[in-house]
Amino acid sequence: MKALVAVKRVIDYNVKVRVKADNSGVDLSNTKMSINPFDEIAVEEAVRLKEAGVIDEIIVASIGPKESQEQIRAALALGADRGILVQTDAKTYPLQVAKILKNIAESESTDIVILGKQAIDNDNNQTGQMLAALMGIGQGTFASEVKVEGDKVNVTREVDGGLQTVALSLPAVITTDLRLNEPRYAKLPNIMKAKKKPLDEKTPEDFGVDMTSKQEIIKVVPPAERQAGIKVSSVDELVDKLKNEAKVI
Amino acid sequence: MAILVYAEHDNASLKKATLNTIAAAKQIGDDIHVLVAGSGCQAAADEAAKAEGVSKVLLADNAAYEHQMAENISLLVADIAADYSHIVAAATTTGKNFMPRTAALLDVSMISEISAVVDAQTFERPIYAGNATATVKTTEDKVVLTVRATAFDPVAAEGGSATVEAVDNVQDAGKSSFVNEEMAKSDRPELTSAEVVVSGGRALANGENFTKYIEPLADKLGAAIGASRAAVDAGYVPNDMQVGQTGKIVAPQLYIAAGISGAIQHLAGMKDSKVIVAINNDPEAPIASVADYFLEADLFEAVPELTSKL
Repeated sequence: MKALVAVKRVIDYNVKVRVKADNSGVDLSNTKMSINPFDEIAVEEAVRLKEAGVIDEIIVASIGPKESQEQIRAALALGADRGILVQTDAKTYPLQVAKILKNIAESESTDIVILGKQAIDNDNNQTGQMLAALMGIGQGTFASEVKVEGDKVNVTREVDGGLQTVALSLPAVITTDLRLNEPRYAKLPNIMKAKKKPLDEKTPEDFGVDMTSKQEIIKVVPPAERQAGIKVSSVDELVDKLKNEAKVI
Repeated sequence: MAILVYAEHDNASLKKATLNTIAAAKQIGDDIHVLVAGSGCQAAADEAAKAEGVSKVLLADNAAYEHQMAENISLLVADIAADYSHIVAAATTTGKNFMPRTAALLDVSMISEISAVVDAQTFERPIYAGNATATVKTTEDKVVLTVRATAFDPVAAEGGSATVEAVDNVQDAGKSSFVNEEMAKSDRPELTSAEVVVSGGRALANGENFTKYIEPLADKLGAAIGASRAAVDAGYVPNDMQVGQTGKIVAPQLYIAAGISGAIQHLAGMKDSKVIVAINNDPEAPIASVADYFLEADLFEAVPELTSKL
């Protein structure tokens, strides 16, 4: 079986973001960029399926600026076999990304597509679901356990209130939750080897996908600041403040 | 054109997030229809008909919709979408699961988890784990949205008198099937709609201490219990109690964080709470920057004392 994993280049999750003064977006210049954490889990899951003998080949794709090849190389160092960079400087929206991934998944005849459940920059949580819809196949979103059995995959999903398990016919789309696995670290020899793995460069036009969206971010502002609070010195003072000042108990 | 609100329910009764979602829809337009899709869900539909501001309830009652599988629900919603300008659902795991699929079937973009309505085409939503707020404008003919329930006050559950109309539309994609579910049982208020939330973090050190320290305080306050990701990952409590970017978003009147440092991902899930109390022995913990009241103390002493003094 073949797996396709999609990875996104995003601001590192430890970085405190700054909104640009002109409110056009978040300042990404000179900030550390990484693989989206949920996508790293997707790569790890694919590698584990390969180690278990379920999957033979892992293709990793990223859609974004030229620098996204760093994230593809990072995924190759973790154990993916080859990469596809769909280079665009346009803003990437989930529907357009899903259309490109559909093209790749179909032309490569992949049996399983694994994505992160959401990117930590735009927090959309849409791409995997859109991809499954466009391909007309089943989806296992927010996965915390994945078990491939023959031509089916059982996915345990994290839902409000607990866990739900669904059975999907392959091919299927899976999106990862944080609890699915603990991604490994790439070892230096693997990072060196990853430099020699094949990486195809494409453009959205190669897939006939127009990147323009009917949706546009017109303004980005910092969230309302909370007023600085006070330190209380004892439980008595805390109870008193909650009763008489905040009036919440 | 009317607005379609997808009802969140468990087949027996309506979930409160539906009322918040109707409230958001009312800010967009007047004519609001609610879709109740499930199996044996007449009672939930009757409840939706009583909600303030609803003019019609569509009831799609079929075994194919029992577990709200995204493959089937998205086909149903996309099929009836022609009559609506906006399709709105709560940003719960159900809404997040099927709405993007619906949007793709309609070949339109979607706006996730709105926190405010500017006008019928323009919405605000948090990005970067709540560290920025984006204003998004769409020119799609059909606007597909999910709503952050805690950002909108619910409409009244009583007072409406909408008609309930059965929808004879059975969609079964045949790509997926339900196997089982394991729901955490609790008599406490639901985390996302509770007035008071008491949360514990890694400092609790084990699950027994949650029972011993956090539960009595929550009982005293009639509060829901939450947890940080560290506490969930360490196995102290089940993951549906996790508050944060990757867990649940809460905005109660009072949020008490005991032994939680306040990582960005946790703050994203609770910093819209009205009053935040932090009990922590580290005065430098990031939670101090958002807490209205910060008590520098050992939680194992301070929490029981607080419980006894309430």
